[in-house]
Amino acid sequence: MLELRAITAGYDRRTPVVRDVSLSVEPGEAVGLLGPSGCGKSTLARVAALLHRPDSGTVLLDGEPVHRWRHRAPRAHRTAFGVVFQQPRLSVDPRLRLTDLMAEPLRATGRRNEIPDRVAELATAVGLTPDLLTRRPHEVSDGQLQRACLARALVLRPRWLICDEITAMLDASTSAALVAAVEDYRAETGAGLLAVGHDHALLNRWCGRLVRWDDLGPAA
Amino acid sequence: MTSVVLSVRGLSVRFLMPGGRRIAAVTDAHFDVTAGECLALIGESGCGKSVLASALLGLLPANAQTAGEAHLADLDLLAADERTLARTVRGRRIGLIPQSPAAHLTPVRTIRSQLEETVAALRGVQGRKALRAAAEEAAERAAFPADHLDRHPHELSGGLAQRAATALALVGDAPLLLADEPTTGLDRDLVDHTVDELRRHVDTADRALLMITHDLAAAERIADRVAVMYAGRIVELTDAAAFFGETGPRHPYSRGLLAALPDRAFTPIPGMPPELGALPDGCAFAARCDRTTAACTAVPHLTDAVACHHPHVPEGIRA
Ligand code: SF4
Repeated sequence: MLELRAITAGYDRRTPVVRDVSLSVEPGEAVGLLGPSGCGKSTLARVAALLHRPDSGTVLLDGEPVHRWRHRAPRAHRTAFGVVFQQPRLSVDPRLRLTDLMAEPLRATGRRNEIPDRVAELATAVGLTPDLLTRRPHEVSDGQLQRACLARALVLRPRWLICDEITAMLDASTSAALVAAVEDYRAETGAGLLAVGHDHALLNRWCGRLVRWDDLGPAA
Repeated sequence: MTSVVLSVRGLSVRFLMPGGRRIAAVTDAHFDVTAGECLALIGESGCGKSVLASALLGLLPANAQTAGEAHLADLDLLAADERTLARTVRGRRIGLIPQSPAAHLTPVRTIRSQLEETVAALRGVQGRKALRAAAEEAAERAAFPADHLDRHPHELSGGLAQRAATALALVGDAPLLLADEPTTGLDRDLVDHTVDELRRHVDTADRALLMITHDLAAAERIADRVAVMYAGRIVELTDAAAFFGETGPRHPYSRGLLAALPDRAFTPIPGMPPELGALPDGCAFAARCDRTTAACTAVPHLTDAVACHHPHVPEGIRA
């Protein structure tokens, strides 16, 4: 289980954007967190993905409190999460070809020998054709780049997926295709999902449980 | 009586790439936008819709070649020189509502000073007092709150930045408004609000609005007609109420797009659009279409609102 208990977080201790928020995701569960932009839900998503250290509160991973964040988190923790953000162009190294971008986590964890098979498998899963894999980010569309970012998030077979507005920039068909790829992966692996966004119709259709930002907080 | 504000005939844009490659970004677009009307141009990123907008504004890069005509009253935008476009078209005859208002506004200056400058440039207003009054009036037209005029763009919420950009776009009283993805990144409430305001500017001053968007819900809310673009071509151009309503679209791609919505079937269209630099012969949608036949090896032209050899026939219509 992924549990966030009484999390307060932000970028300035005097004005935290997340105040005393609690939320949990069961294995295999899909939780949609619905809130307006600027409400702090993206910050909470970063805390959940161990990318942002909260000012106070506890994150528990299968009952164990997390003590280290970002690159200092133990490898087993870091690889337990796959994260996809709203704007693919801001979250990739523009010099990398898509295939290298997707394989990056494997390379970083010393699993180079798995690269060819895993990249081919994931390219199919996210709907990228082989000719696209040798291109760099500026040579593909936003939708294609986001597909590659999803593949990168899945490459280490994470148990938890954190998706922050991943379809906000995309057309309806590409959005539906990305969500379908996430759900195929979850059906196969039983991974849990925290999807944050502002589109009620989308999160309602996608997630088993919908949580409103305004309902979170000390009492929830 | 409807009067045509913008008339686009056979507009094509080609980009010449190094190595002699040609990218067919827009091919043979035909449409009109009339006063008091909103036409939504919809399609996915990379389908050519933003290139089309840039062509109308004369903002294409140097390696672009255009063909066809785009008449704004007596002026052919495609034939006009940069001086004419800069001095008499952008801001004056076409008001541009940009995709990311925060990036469009000048970061180091207050909204008031940007509005005053625009009012001075486009309306010839002079004198401190008159400028101040005219800028405040311009802000009010876009429902931008007067007590935020002395703020800088980064001190505004997304919604207020959008209103500031809209206020600037309206200053010149342009007969044509061009909105390029005006709702990207906005919350649903703010999307509704933004498009309702745009609609109001169309209705109250009989402006024509061409809105480019990938947001189908926004298009449904605001548009009188929709043009669907796929792989550089307009594949369907029809009445918005019929398109989003019971009748539904007729082109297989349009139907697929609507079916992908989360409150509809939520099923993606299989595959991806072709590269604009390597379009197949015949219908560009054929590889993804479930109605393809041998006839589809010939490019379908837009006849009777749809460019398809086997369009869906609305029920209740007999051959
Ligand atoms: S022309 Fe043929 S391939 Fe193209 S959309 Fe129509 S039926 Fe499908």
